[in-house]
Amino acid sequence: MAKELIRLENCTMAFDGEVVLDNINLYINDHEFLTLLGPSGCGKTTTLRIIGGFQTPTSGTVFFDGVRINDVPPHKRAVNTVFQKYALFPHLNVFENIAFGLRIPKADPENKKKVKLPEQEIRSRVMEMLEIVNLKGFEKRRINQLSGGQQQRVAIARALVNQPKVLLLDEPLGALDLKLRKDMQNELKRIQQTMGITFIYVTHDQEEALSMSDTVVVMDKGRIQQIGTPEDIYNEPKNAFVADFIGESNILDGIMRADGVVEIFNRRFQCLDGGFEKDEAVDVVIRPEDVDIVPEDQGQLKGTVTNLTFKGVHYDTIVDFYGFKWLIQTTDYCPVGSRIGIKIDPDGIHVMKKSQYSGMFGDYSSYSEEYDEISDATLVPEEAEEEAHYEE
Amino acid sequence: MRNKLSWLAAPYVLWMALVVIVPIFLVIFYAFTTANSVELAEMEGGLRGLFSMFTLENFARMGTYTVIFTRSFQLALVATVICFLIGYPLAYVMSREGPGFQRTAMVLLMLPMWVNFLLRTYAWMSILENNGILNNFFEAIGLFSLINAVFGTDIQYFHMIRTQGAVVLGMVYNYLPFMVLPIYSVIVKLDHSLLEAARDLGASTAGVFRKVIFPLSLPGVLSGVTMVFVPSVSTFAISRMMGGNNQMLLGNLIENQFLGGAYNPHLGSAIALVMMIIVVACMWIMNRFGEGEERAVML
Repeated sequence: MAKELIRLENCTMAFDGEVVLDNINLYINDHEFLTLLGPSGCGKTTTLRIIGGFQTPTSGTVFFDGVRINDVPPHKRAVNTVFQKYALFPHLNVFENIAFGLRIPKADPENKKKVKLPEQEIRSRVMEMLEIVNLKGFEKRRINQLSGGQQQRVAIARALVNQPKVLLLDEPLGALDLKLRKDMQNELKRIQQTMGITFIYVTHDQEEALSMSDTVVVMDKGRIQQIGTPEDIYNEPKNAFVADFIGESNILDGIMRADGVVEIFNRRFQCLDGGFEKDEAVDVVIRPEDVDIVPEDQGQLKGTVTNLTFKGVHYDTIVDFYGFKWLIQTTDYCPVGSRIGIKIDPDGIHVMKKSQYSGMFGDYSSYSEEYDEISDATLVPEEAEEEAHYEE
Repeated sequence: MRNKLSWLAAPYVLWMALVVIVPIFLVIFYAFTTANSVELAEMEGGLRGLFSMFTLENFARMGTYTVIFTRSFQLALVATVICFLIGYPLAYVMSREGPGFQRTAMVLLMLPMWVNFLLRTYAWMSILENNGILNNFFEAIGLFSLINAVFGTDIQYFHMIRTQGAVVLGMVYNYLPFMVLPIYSVIVKLDHSLLEAARDLGASTAGVFRKVIFPLSLPGVLSGVTMVFVPSVSTFAISRMMGGNNQMLLGNLIENQFLGGAYNPHLGSAIALVMMIIVVACMWIMNRFGEGEERAVML
């Protein structure tokens, strides 16, 4: 059933000698909800713009349905885009914004003549779209009379009414508040399933990526770090960057003593991973929720609680093990200063090959500062670096 | 907009009251009176005198000047259309080019404005004179002998100065920057993603221009048209210098009533008032026409 629709082959993109995309290889299946996820400046928007036709890769090939489309301009691609700031036409009302694409005469594939859609059909298709995005009765409104969420829906309707094979969405929910964002996430997923078309979605919000996508592509520094289902990405991160970017992770240095046996802090733990060299140095990821707190004398590791934050469902507990601080999420209350032991099940331990990201993430020693940054999502810089390339 | 600093505007408000509001009332007063009616009223005195002072006599004479009214509005309209036809493409190209080109083009556009207005117009006179620079040039390249040889005519020069064409040329030359600048500043500020969105939705380059750029640049066009049309209608220097006595415009007519031999400030005021009303009506209609877009851009 999964048919390949888009393929990027060895795509590299450089602006003024600065490499933004570094040899990207990616294929996208029909009907897929694929998310490009990564921090600002990772190249995700550039990838989207290459697919949309707004940028031509410096080298490499873009295929659409098996045909090379590097030089096909945006208006001749079966792809439509929902822009980051919606880019709705301020001089047109809601109806005319959505009808914009329909009113453009299309070349008839048989006799090459340009044909206009009959007004009747334009009207019924726009109305149908308005119903899908829950904006019935808004067709006469001007754009500046709409709220952010409504503008968002118009932008989606305007793109979808052209019945594209692929819809590109560039951080479409970035400007909405949290509650609205959650609603729109469900809405988008529903629309994607009803229309049965491919969505390529760009975001820096890992939660959004995990909850909506069939496939997540994690990017950093112009490279694809990992491609997989949300479960794969979360449970089997390929390197320290992915482990850190998706959810919370304790990332430790370990040594693979044998298949299924990894040594951390000179203690051997059972794990499910294998296929490493004997005594290979590895990164070990332990998710904060996979750690069981037990009385000190029963623990595989023993440590001291140094910080405690109540988060509602659980406590974020920072525990010092031999000078390395871990984040443990537990419903057990362990006061600061208490000595505890921990147990980790074999399936709670994920072993990764060493990478350029080793040692950069997964240490909660500077917990408090880091937490401030994580919890204050508004501080995440907008796509400043990527935006600079829009000028091209 | 109540602001603690609003008192800073007081000098301007006072100035406006003195040099704009008061004169307008003076013009209205003069327009509805004549030298005779004022004299009569002074003799008669009292309330009756006051009523008998006001008269529509000046307006009754307006019909005499239909030709001049028509000519003024016609020439101003032609000049505005030409300014638009030259100015819009120029503004569009300028706004699409790189910053270096934009700066250079801007300086070139503004450069003539740094030269005195009268001097500029005199320069055109010496170019267009019967024995002026342009005719001498045609003579030198043998254009006249060629024409005379082919058509059997006896042309010594082209008659360019003191024609309507020369007046329009003077208007276009002097007021073109006022058309280009507002259009340019609107187009250059257009959100680039709107153009990308239009492309994305299937519009060709021409389609993007027709359906997005042009409608969104209309507010600039409106202010450009206003800034060219209004001074063109009321100019008297350009028409006097480039049009001589044949091409009298409203400006010259009014000037004549105040400073010239036909001294009659009452009639001059009436003409000025009628002109003002027509101009305001034109602008009002135009602004109604472009209101939707204006609001859109303010977003």
